[in-house]
Amino acid sequence: MLSPAFLSQLRKLLPPHCVLHEREDLLPFESDGLAAYRNTPDVVVLPENEAQVAAILKLCHAEKIAVVARGAGTGLAAGALPIDGAVLLVLAKLNRIKAIDPLARTAVVEPGVRNLAISEAVAQHNLYYAPDPSSQIACSIGGNVAENSGGVHCLKYGLTVHNILRLRAWTIDGQLLDIGSESLDAPGYDLLALLTGSEGMLAVITEVTVKLLPRPERAQVVLAAFDDVAKAGAAVGNIIAAGVIPAGLEMMDRLAIQAAEAFVHAGYPLDCEALLLCEVDGVNEEVSADIFTVREVLAASGATEIRTAESEEQRLRFWAGRKAAFPAVGRLAPDYYCMDGTIPRAQLPHVLKRISEMSAEYGLAVANVFHAGDGNLHPLILFDANQPGELHKAEAFGGKILELCVEVGGTITGEHGVGLEKINQMCAQFATPELTRFHEVKAAFDPDKLLNPGKAVPELHRCAEWGAMHVHGGQLPHPELPRF
Amino acid sequence: MLDTLIDRIRAAHEKNTPLIIQGGGSKRFYGNADEGEVLSTRKLTGVIDYQPKELVLTARAGTPLAEIEALLDAQNQMLAFEPPHFVPLPNPLPLAGEGANDALCAPKPIYATLGGSIAAGLSGPRRPYAGAARDFVLGVRMIDGTGQPLRFGGQVIKNVAGYDVSRLMVGALGTLGLLTEVSLKVLPKPATEATLQFELDEAAAILKMNQWAGQPLPLSATSWHAGLLTVRLSGAASAVRVAQVRLGGEILNDAAVFWQRLRDLATPFFDKCPPTSNQILWRLAVKPTTPPLNLGDAQWIEWGGAVRWLARDLPVNILREAARNAGGHATLFRGGMPTAIHDGVFTPLAPAMLTLHRNLKQRFDPKGIFNHGRLYPDF
Repeated sequence: MLSPAFLSQLRKLLPPHCVLHEREDLLPFESDGLAAYRNTPDVVVLPENEAQVAAILKLCHAEKIAVVARGAGTGLAAGALPIDGAVLLVLAKLNRIKAIDPLARTAVVEPGVRNLAISEAVAQHNLYYAPDPSSQIACSIGGNVAENSGGVHCLKYGLTVHNILRLRAWTIDGQLLDIGSESLDAPGYDLLALLTGSEGMLAVITEVTVKLLPRPERAQVVLAAFDDVAKAGAAVGNIIAAGVIPAGLEMMDRLAIQAAEAFVHAGYPLDCEALLLCEVDGVNEEVSADIFTVREVLAASGATEIRTAESEEQRLRFWAGRKAAFPAVGRLAPDYYCMDGTIPRAQLPHVLKRISEMSAEYGLAVANVFHAGDGNLHPLILFDANQPGELHKAEAFGGKILELCVEVGGTITGEHGVGLEKINQMCAQFATPELTRFHEVKAAFDPDKLLNPGKAVPELHRCAEWGAMHVHGGQLPHPELPRF
Repeated sequence: MLDTLIDRIRAAHEKNTPLIIQGGGSKRFYGNADEGEVLSTRKLTGVIDYQPKELVLTARAGTPLAEIEALLDAQNQMLAFEPPHFVPLPNPLPLAGEGANDALCAPKPIYATLGGSIAAGLSGPRRPYAGAARDFVLGVRMIDGTGQPLRFGGQVIKNVAGYDVSRLMVGALGTLGLLTEVSLKVLPKPATEATLQFELDEAAAILKMNQWAGQPLPLSATSWHAGLLTVRLSGAASAVRVAQVRLGGEILNDAAVFWQRLRDLATPFFDKCPPTSNQILWRLAVKPTTPPLNLGDAQWIEWGGAVRWLARDLPVNILREAARNAGGHATLFRGGMPTAIHDGVFTPLAPAMLTLHRNLKQRFDPKGIFNHGRLYPDF
């Protein structure tokens, strides 16, 4: 609990409507996009300018009070889950687009600006901001930087880290960091990369300069059906080997296809095991050449059906099913749990086979949606939270899937972040020396561990406890750690 | 080999022995002067894994860049950030109107390695359109200043588990650790390339570079020098042809040599005696739309206007101020007289940033044994 003295100091820094302390005002902030994790915050502050952010941080630093930064709250890893005795710093009111420079192709925005709002604001110049996480109508750019968000266009256009130029950020002791530059690089260490994806653990961002791209002249999508998941997986590699880098390359398995079709009637073939959507974009002639190549490769890879969207309306319809895949799967069961592992693409058939075996073991169905181009797998585990023990079972199953991703050379999170959700699986992916360095990186910025403590990087004793429960092939992970 | 390196670093850590990490030696000129025993990566070679369909290549740090590029080339792929080699061309062809005096320039036994390219973090002409070295790094193995081997990132394109320490190593000039292995994203080579030239003054050329970059054109490199704007187009043959017709200009033959020499700063403008003369070369990184800086004629512009090379000596404070006013920074890239610049060849950091740099250095290399002073004089 926060002391009345601290709260009254906090109130002196902000107008009354910017400090929420009544229980009914706090409830909307008790979870982020991962609603299974809830905790009512002690206090919520909603600063309206950068000076207020700095003042809040200085006060919290002086009083040794933890701070959890939060944007739109659409994160999927409980990264913005409130912590007891901490201040929840909501940056949603810092939502101004401060400058747009069409000739230099940049926009300077505050962290609370929504991802899609940037592209909308620059559309008149025929420009857009490329990273497009599926929550882009709601998620804000500050959170995108904190999570290094991706989307369906990552393979060609990169993640957030590839699309930002400069940050204004504040350390916990209230010092301003001007990171990056208006040029293409900056002197010293690449702190722009280090802060991107740091999950609110290192600094609080108050301004982001994003890179804008010219809108592609044309985008066209090809849909292909396969009678075998492995064939679809191989087709993805074949497209890339043919020299095409698709703007989007998505795969769905049988359960995901059927759910999506029943939900939005995208016209997907239903008698197949896997569906690929391959979109190419760019200069008109380039798209024509690429579509030709993609169709040839798909046919040679054994597609049972290949359709090319002939109009913008048809293109959007092909995408509608994929974009609605999560809510569509949500109709099949009361709850679903979305995982976010990345694997080397060649491992796809093996991983899908193991997931289906585990699905039988746990007695929980799984639909697979896959950013196939960049190997980012989103298995959706279906369960019913009202059935005693099912949530726990779904979480355990999800954890196993992530460990499988690490086993085949991949990672536990491609774009959602670690937050609190995947903190145990960090112990599977990293050994003690690396985890120690992560803690030291944090200490370089925040020696008192006040920014979002306990998230993203597990304490070593936590890995020791977790490891004790996960003996694999007689090998205890982190054997050097003391266990009690 | 790895064990030998670990042992040497542990011993150096014990005894406070400064080490200079060196691969092929092609970038010795870059950064501030450092002192110590040479720790060579030349024997740490070999491509560990290359899966063209995964677009991922992993190799040991001392692997020659040329060897990696040849391997990729055979699969019609490339390092899209076009890393500089800074080595003499086998048979340098003089560019029109210029003529390097090759007879005076004895070949040096140097070459660029993968580790050195990543540690220096330098990218070539394709950088504004395809991305920088740091954009393609997926993971590293390294040894820190205590001799502890570490592994960050991985071999997959999307990975947000843990802090992005791999990218932190790019451009750190070896001050945070010895890179032993690097995984990179690679890309298919474009089917066709064409290079066009336009006679334009500096202001008009800067404007054109920026206007074209805002349009759906298959641009892959831009350069302006001595009244000549040079633009490279890359992509499907049909797309390049259409863009060529739209933009006009004169086709440049021998374009591959032109871009390779610009990448390696190996034209007489940059270097009368490539690759290691002591000619002064300043690099001003600025907002790409910055109008002409009016710092004299000896200038070469690339990266869509974002880099302005100056091949003449001007007072450091004038150049640093000009770059700062243009939203960027100035580096004495080559040929420096270190005594003349007490705070080093790179733009000094603001106090809060310098504190963070020192803190990070302290965590990765507590005794400061790696490349002391190479990046900033005091660490």
